[in-house]
Amino acid sequence: MSHRGSRVLRLDALARVEGEAALQLAVRDGTVAEARLRVYEPPRFFEAFLVGRGHGEPPDITSRICGICPVAYQMTACQAIERACGVTVDGPLARLRRLLYYGEWIESQSLHIHLLHAPDFLGCPSAVELAREHRAAVERGLRIKQAGNAIMEQLGGRAIHPVNVRVGGFYRVPAPAELAPLAERLRRAHDDALATVQWVASFDFPDATYDGPFLAMRDPGRYAIDSGTPAVMAAGAGSDAAAPVRALPVEEFERHVVERQVPHSTALVSELDGHHYLTGSLARYAVSGRWLHPSALDAAREAGLGDPATGRVCRNPFRSIIVRAVEVAHAVAEALRIIDAYEPPARPYLAVPPRPATGRAATEAPRGLLYHRYAMDADGTLTLARIVPPTAQNQAAIEYDLRRQVQSRLDGPGEPPGDEELTSLCERAVRNHDPCISCSAHFLDLTVERG
Amino acid sequence: MTGRVVVIGVGNPYRRDDGAGPAVIEALRAAPPKDAVLTDGDGEPGRMLGLWRRQDAVIVVEVVHAHPGRPGRLHTLTAERAARCAAPSASTHALGLGETFALAAALDRMPRELTVHAVEGADFGLGHGLSTAVADALPELIRRVAGAIDEAHDRLRHTSALADDRGSEAPCP
Repeated sequence: MSHRGSRVLRLDALARVEGEAALQLAVRDGTVAEARLRVYEPPRFFEAFLVGRGHGEPPDITSRICGICPVAYQMTACQAIERACGVTVDGPLARLRRLLYYGEWIESQSLHIHLLHAPDFLGCPSAVELAREHRAAVERGLRIKQAGNAIMEQLGGRAIHPVNVRVGGFYRVPAPAELAPLAERLRRAHDDALATVQWVASFDFPDATYDGPFLAMRDPGRYAIDSGTPAVMAAGAGSDAAAPVRALPVEEFERHVVERQVPHSTALVSELDGHHYLTGSLARYAVSGRWLHPSALDAAREAGLGDPATGRVCRNPFRSIIVRAVEVAHAVAEALRIIDAYEPPARPYLAVPPRPATGRAATEAPRGLLYHRYAMDADGTLTLARIVPPTAQNQAAIEYDLRRQVQSRLDGPGEPPGDEELTSLCERAVRNHDPCISCSAHFLDLTVERG
Repeated sequence: MTGRVVVIGVGNPYRRDDGAGPAVIEALRAAPPKDAVLTDGDGEPGRMLGLWRRQDAVIVVEVVHAHPGRPGRLHTLTAERAARCAAPSASTHALGLGETFALAAALDRMPRELTVHAVEGADFGLGHGLSTAVADALPELIRRVAGAIDEAHDRLRHTSALADDRGSEAPCP
């Protein structure tokens, strides 16, 4: 089949829950004319749903947006509400929150690495074949994931949609003895996580570069997850050297990150000062990599990611699987550190009395920066809710990445690619960014159309 | 070790009919069947695999699409049938129920028995509340699941008694 002429590749959404995401790629005369990722985005429904609710409700309600990263929604919602009310949660309560967040990170990143992303590198069509051919690695991944799961169950009260989080802290905090079994599991998980970094580092990685700006939380001295300030690393000119970083205070977030509607998606497409940008693992590693836990930093260096302490960054989206593995090692090590030093807080939560105000917060969900803004009146009734999830932010960057990768293949030597190869390339390119395109649906079906 | 009866309601209550699985679990919790583990989930395979042990009898309560469809119609599927009915693996984000079962089989983690009780859904839009067809079918679905729990207990007891008679362990240690 010639790659000349016009054709359209379409990855259609299907399934148990109707269409959550679809991709359309148009190729005309050997040139990628268009790559459109269509995303159906549940957070918009929740924004309307939240108005009129009490200021204590967003953690429980927004945790339902995503089954994979409910804690990210809870933590961001809590911080935004608390800021509006002038309350700061710090000390042991903040560390317990971070421990819960690490639990989610360990779960979510391990899921993506082992069941969704790794099959791409090992020639397996799905996790099932991967499990047959690389059973020990998949078992190891599930062990790590279950350690994260155990944290979620212990601190969150249950493994999905945790119920123990409230504005101001927790309904109940654990006694130190309750965390001891977690520490045992995490010690084993740490060895497993380091082995996983070595495993994924041995994969073959196609050449690819995302050269746009990165956006991630930054808190000098810490690999920022739930603290610090959003920061932008400027676009890189095809190099793996760090570019300058500037702060983007959360109060100014919406002045720079502007969402616009596009006809092909119900998600709003974000631009940062008029440009696509990337948030997520690669961005975090670029902005905060030097502050990883020492064991994770060593693992990153040995995995060939480049030493972030000397200003190296990783811009290859395929290699994001290594960064995720390094982040799991970091999360496990830091979770252990929190448990080892744990002393129960004096109270499980701080009172957060309402006042007429607006509060904003951003934290690092596993797949990127998540922003919330709430406004409330004097009795705490919410008058506005605004949620900017990471996948909506990454949508334009993913489309850009898709166009470049497909174009690169079309321009490359060898036989022109068939539809099947292009479809596979597109799927891989999308998976590199771990988009949360289905906050509740589970299947994406694939059809190919020729124009 | 004796097996348990584990009932898993899969779905998202914020997606209308997709919430039927968790709704069945909620109804069962009002008068919990003795010795059954009731849980709900989003179908994420890593978590699903963690919910059962090999010696357990597992009942999954789920919502399905059928072509041609009749919303509210009830189906009882074996794990193999559910796996065959599931969409092919082209996901970029998650795995379906069928793949979860296939993954469990590949890792030798299938439970002793696994049955899916499903209702055909009509409305998977955003929001709370089941469609009329699914809401009307729910009492019968709950009765069937409750009956399946009793039958699973009977089989587990029978297997356990057989194992005792032979003086050996249950077949799936």
